Amino acid sequence: MSLIYPKQSLENFPAHLTPGYKSTIKRSPSKPLMIVPYTLTELSGPVYGHDTVQEGDNDLTKQHAGEPLGERIVVHGHVLDEDKRPVPNALVELWQANACGRYVHNVDQHPAPLDPNFTGAGRTVTDDKGYYKFITVKPGAYPWGNHHNAWRPNHIHFSVFGHSFLSRLVTQMYFPGDYLFPYDPIFNSVTDEKARNRMVASFDLENTVPDWALAFRFDIVLRGREATPLDNDDHDH
Amino acid sequence: MSEITPSQTVGPFFAYGLTPKGRCDWDPNGSYAWKNSIESNLITPDASGTRIRIEGIVHDGDNLPINDCMLEIWQADSQGRYADPRAGAKSNAQFKGFGRSATDKAGLFVFDTIKPGSVAGPGGRPQAPHIMLGIFSRGMLRQVYTRLYFDDEVGNAADPILTIVPADRRGTLIAKKQAGTDPAVYRFDIRVQGGDETVFFDI
Ligand SMILES: [Fe+3]
Repeated sequence: MSLIYPKQSLENFPAHLTPGYKSTIKRSPSKPLMIVPYTLTELSGPVYGHDTVQEGDNDLTKQHAGEPLGERIVVHGHVLDEDKRPVPNALVELWQANACGRYVHNVDQHPAPLDPNFTGAGRTVTDDKGYYKFITVKPGAYPWGNHHNAWRPNHIHFSVFGHSFLSRLVTQMYFPGDYLFPYDPIFNSVTDEKARNRMVASFDLENTVPDWALAFRFDIVLRGREATPLDNDDHDH
Repeated sequence: MSEITPSQTVGPFFAYGLTPKGRCDWDPNGSYAWKNSIESNLITPDASGTRIRIEGIVHDGDNLPINDCMLEIWQADSQGRYADPRAGAKSNAQFKGFGRSATDKAGLFVFDTIKPGSVAGPGGRPQAPHIMLGIFSRGMLRQVYTRLYFDDEVGNAADPILTIVPADRRGTLIAKKQAGTDPAVYRFDIRVQGGDETVFFDI
């Protein structure tokens, strides 16, 4: 399979320098990025398949003796390429805060309780249809030091592998209708509204589990598509 | 019109999910043993070639170490073959050629791997041995990409990518072999921003 990676596809990615998110100010390149041709190095990528995950790695509610506190949720969807074809055998990793908005990471100093029954890390591999599924709890919002009274909207961090090193994506999944959206410089680093909304999961009533869990659908579209005749042809038709 | 999902920062707290056995001391009590999915040691028992270590410090625009950075590398095996079944290339080994390291408090990352062989480049011109890097951290809304070359490779002078880079910045892409190290240690410091900023690629 040979895919192409048009750079226009990245037009709605955040700018490296997004001053509203203060940490970007000293961590973004100041010189123009160098344009170079793609070689096999860029166009190939690793495959992390089923040997990478163990049974149950996708269920964050069953990693400890007891059940974590919080709203139990199913988060599921498809990993797709730019042509919306499934990406099978793709490693999907996630990590998140607990229901109180506290990460288990030892640097997190937010004075909200840790949950002894929740770590917040999971991984899975997509099936033949590019489908993945996690069971977890809804993460809480949490404050951060970016500006006075800054709070992150509820979100789950995702790390996804695609068909090449260029498809590699780290993103965040948000929840529909979050009242913190207008105030979050990370969410709003994606300035195009439609593109921003592609990071927002949809509430999925059909796949809720009655009397047990709500469900959210989050499809992830990665770089890479088939070349079309138009790519080799400047006729406008 | 592409509808790809936008990138967002990896944030400061990725370590327990992505590099739980890595250099970030994420869990001082050792109470939870989430296993690594991807190691910073790429060497498999059957991998042929020269064992090397790559290490360096990632610096920000104030020249301060970035202690919450994640680096991923992608490279060919010692015979210049990528372990990607889709690329048509076949590795001679279990060697995957992909690794992940977090930085520690001093901003240091380390990979143990095999020196890659030469890979074909544009027009069939050989590329000098190199490793691709993707760099993620808090304060980066998307990864930056760079390449690592080796200072003891004569092929660098004709490399089709390296020769596009202005000569005065080429040195930022060249790892330096440390005297008296065995296996050889190559030093590759990264400066995300500033006067001697590492060359990053628009790819
Ligand atoms: Fe977060």
